[in-house]
Amino acid sequence: MATTTTTPVATADTASSSSFVWRYRYWLLLIVVPLLLIAAGKAGLISNFQFLQLSLMIVYAIAVLGLILLTGFNGQISLGHGAFFAVGAYTAAILIDQAGWPFWATLPAAALMCFIVGYLFGLPALRLEGHYLALATFALAVAVPQILKYRHIEPLTHGVMGINVFKSDPPFGLPLSTDQWMFLVVVAIAALMFWVARNLLDSRTGRALIAIRDHSMAASTMGVNVSHYKAAMFGISALYTGVAGALHGIIFEFVAPDSFRFELSIAILVGAVVGGIASLWGAVIGGIFVQVIEKYADAATKAISSAVHLPLELEPWLIYGIALIILMYTMPMGIAGGVAALLRRMKRS
Amino acid sequence: MRVHKLMLAGAGALAIALTANPVSAQKKYDDGASDTEIRIGNTNPYSGPASAYGQIGKAIEAYFKMVNDKGGINGRKVNFITYDDGYAPPKTVEMVRKLVEQDQVLFIFQTLGTPSNTAIHKYMNGKKVPQLFVATGASVWGKPQEFPWTMGWQPDYQTEGVIYAKHILANVKDAKIAVLMQNDDYGRDYFNGFKKGLGKDADKIVQVATYEVADPTVDSQIIALKNSGANAFFNITTPKFAAQAIKKAHEIGWKPAHYLNNVSSSVGAVMKPAGFEAGQGILTASYIKDPTDSQWDKDADMVAWNAFMDKYYPGGDKKSTFPAYAYAVSSTMAEVLKRAGDNLTRENVMKQAASLKGVEIPLLLPGIKINTSATDFYPIQSVRLARFKGETFELFGDILSGESE
Repeated sequence: MATTTTTPVATADTASSSSFVWRYRYWLLLIVVPLLLIAAGKAGLISNFQFLQLSLMIVYAIAVLGLILLTGFNGQISLGHGAFFAVGAYTAAILIDQAGWPFWATLPAAALMCFIVGYLFGLPALRLEGHYLALATFALAVAVPQILKYRHIEPLTHGVMGINVFKSDPPFGLPLSTDQWMFLVVVAIAALMFWVARNLLDSRTGRALIAIRDHSMAASTMGVNVSHYKAAMFGISALYTGVAGALHGIIFEFVAPDSFRFELSIAILVGAVVGGIASLWGAVIGGIFVQVIEKYADAATKAISSAVHLPLELEPWLIYGIALIILMYTMPMGIAGGVAALLRRMKRS
Repeated sequence: MRVHKLMLAGAGALAIALTANPVSAQKKYDDGASDTEIRIGNTNPYSGPASAYGQIGKAIEAYFKMVNDKGGINGRKVNFITYDDGYAPPKTVEMVRKLVEQDQVLFIFQTLGTPSNTAIHKYMNGKKVPQLFVATGASVWGKPQEFPWTMGWQPDYQTEGVIYAKHILANVKDAKIAVLMQNDDYGRDYFNGFKKGLGKDADKIVQVATYEVADPTVDSQIIALKNSGANAFFNITTPKFAAQAIKKAHEIGWKPAHYLNNVSSSVGAVMKPAGFEAGQGILTASYIKDPTDSQWDKDADMVAWNAFMDKYYPGGDKKSTFPAYAYAVSSTMAEVLKRAGDNLTRENVMKQAASLKGVEIPLLLPGIKINTSATDFYPIQSVRLARFKGETFELFGDILSGESE
C-alpha cells in the first residue's frame, strides 16, 4: 500500500503546469472540495446537521486509521480502540469543561495522553500474541465505560450524565456557522494526520513495522528492536484514535459513557476491515462506512420492511449484516483493496 | 393644507387596510410553523432498557393523528417527528440536533428521560428552541431564570420523594429504610427529595443500592437490601427494573412497606410482568386516572380515551398508564398551541405554555389542574397516593401538593 500512494514518477518529471496540478492533486482536492461544500452550505443546500455528520465521518476515518496502522501495518490486533477514543474524548472534554482550555489546545493534550496510555498498555500486552492480545484489548473496551462511571472520579466525568462541551465560534468573525467552521478544522487535522501516517510508513521506521508484521523473527534478525517498535506503534495507534475521540467530543458537544460502549470498538474494527485493513484509503472508506452504515442500517431495514410489506418483521441491523457478509466475500481485502484489484484488472485488459 | 388632507386620507386608507384583514397582519412564524403545518420534534426510547416508555411516543403520534383528522389546530396539521434514542443521551443529542437543524421543528416536546434531557438542556436554551413538557420529573426543569426555554410537566420527583418520606414516618413503626435507585440524576433527584422529607430521620435509611441502566437485572441489589433488615423500601426504578425488583422481593420473601415511584406505576408495563401476587400492597403516587381502575369506567375522559386507543393506537396496552399519560400531556400541548393562535413563534409558544391558569386536562385526577406562570414552570404539583390491590391501584387519601423551590 505504501507504494500505491507515492506520486507517479512519470508525470513528476515534466515541468508543465498540468503536472503541477497532477502532482499536488490530493492537496488541491483537499482545498477545493471542502470549499465547495462550504459554498453549498452557504447556499442552504447542506444543513448544519449534515456538516456535523460529514465531520463525524472524517473523525471516524482518523480513528480507523489508528487501527489500520496497528493491525494492517504492524500485525497487532485490537478489539479495544473504542477505549482510546473515549480517553481522547474525555481528556478534551474535561480540559474544556473544568480548566476552560480552548478546544484546539486540548488536541495535543489528548494526543499525548492517549500515546502514554497506549504505550503503557502496549508494553505488557507484548507478551501476548495474536488472539490473546485481542482478548486483552477487548477487556479494556468493556471496562472503560464502567471506569468512566466510577464514583470517585465523578466530579471530573459527571458519571453517567456526561459532560456538555461548548465549541467556540469561528474566529476572526469568519462568516461561517460553528458546524461549518469545525468541519474545516476537522478536515485540516485529518489531512495532517494522514500525511504524517503516509510519511511514517514510507520511512525506515515504516519498513521495520511492516517487516515485523510479515515475519517478526526475521525482522529481529535484521536488527529491528521488535518490542520497542510494537509498543511505540501501539502508542501511535492510540494517539490517532485518541485525537479522533477528542475531535468527536468537541464537534458533538457532548461526551458520556454511553458514547463509548463496546460496540464502538467493534465499529472501528469493522470500519477498518471493510475499508481495507492495509490501506490508508481504507481508513477514509472505513470512516464513511462507520458513520453511514452504522447510523442508517437500522432505519433502512425499517424502511424496506414497511415499503415491501413483508409478512415477517425484519430485525434491525439485518441490512448491516447482509452488507457485511457480501462485502467480506466479494472483497476480502476491503473496499480499498477490492477497488485496487479491479483497477489493476482493467489496466491489464 | 392640501398635502395635509392627502396624508390624512393616506393614513385612513392604511388604517382600513390594517383593520380589514387583522388575521394576516398578526400571523407570525418561526421555523417549523406555516399556514398549513406545525412541526414538533421528539425522541423516545423505542428500543433499549427503557423501551417500555416507547408506548408514550407512539401514543402521542396517534394523538396528533387524531387531531389532524379532526381538522388540526387552528387549521394547521401537526407534523409530529419522533426518533428512537434508546434511552442513551448521546443518541438524544444527535437526534435532537437533527430535529432542530435539519427537520427545523418549531419546538421539542416530551423528550423522555432525565439523562437524555440533561444532555440537550443547554443546547436547547442556547438555540432558544422550546424544550416543552419533558417526560421526566426532575426538579431541574422548573428554572425559568436560568433556563427559560425548558419546562417540565409531571409532578417533580423531589416533591414525590417528600410525600413518600412523610408517609413512611407516619405509618411504618421503627422504620428501617432500604432504597434502590438508578444511578443518574433521575435517581438522585428522587433520593434527595426523599432525604429532605425524612429530615432528621434520614439516618433511618439503612441501605442504598444503585444500578446502571445497562445492567441486566437488579436481583443482587434486592438480595442485599433484604439482608439489611429493612422494613420499608423506596423503589426508584424505571419499568423494566421495577418489575424485576417487585418480582425478586416477592420470590425471596421480603415484605417491606414498598413505595414505587410514579414513573413505574403502570399496571400493564410493570405490575403485570412482575406478577399481581407479588405487587399486593405496593404504594405509589398518582395524578392520572388509571385505566385499570374501575371507578373511571363511565368517566367521560376515559370513554374518550378508550375510543381513541381503539381507533388510533390499537396496538397499545390499555392496561398501562403510559398511553393515558401521553394522551393527557398531548392534550396540554394541543391546548397551548390553540392558545398561541396564529402567532407561532417560539417565544409565543413558550409564553402560552407559561400562562396556563387552572387549566383542566383530560385524564388528570379530579381536582388536579395545570398551573404555570412566568416564574412557575411546574405545571402539575399535586398527587394522590394509591395502593395496589387485586389488579389495580386504588386511590386513597386527599390530594397532596408540594411546592418545589
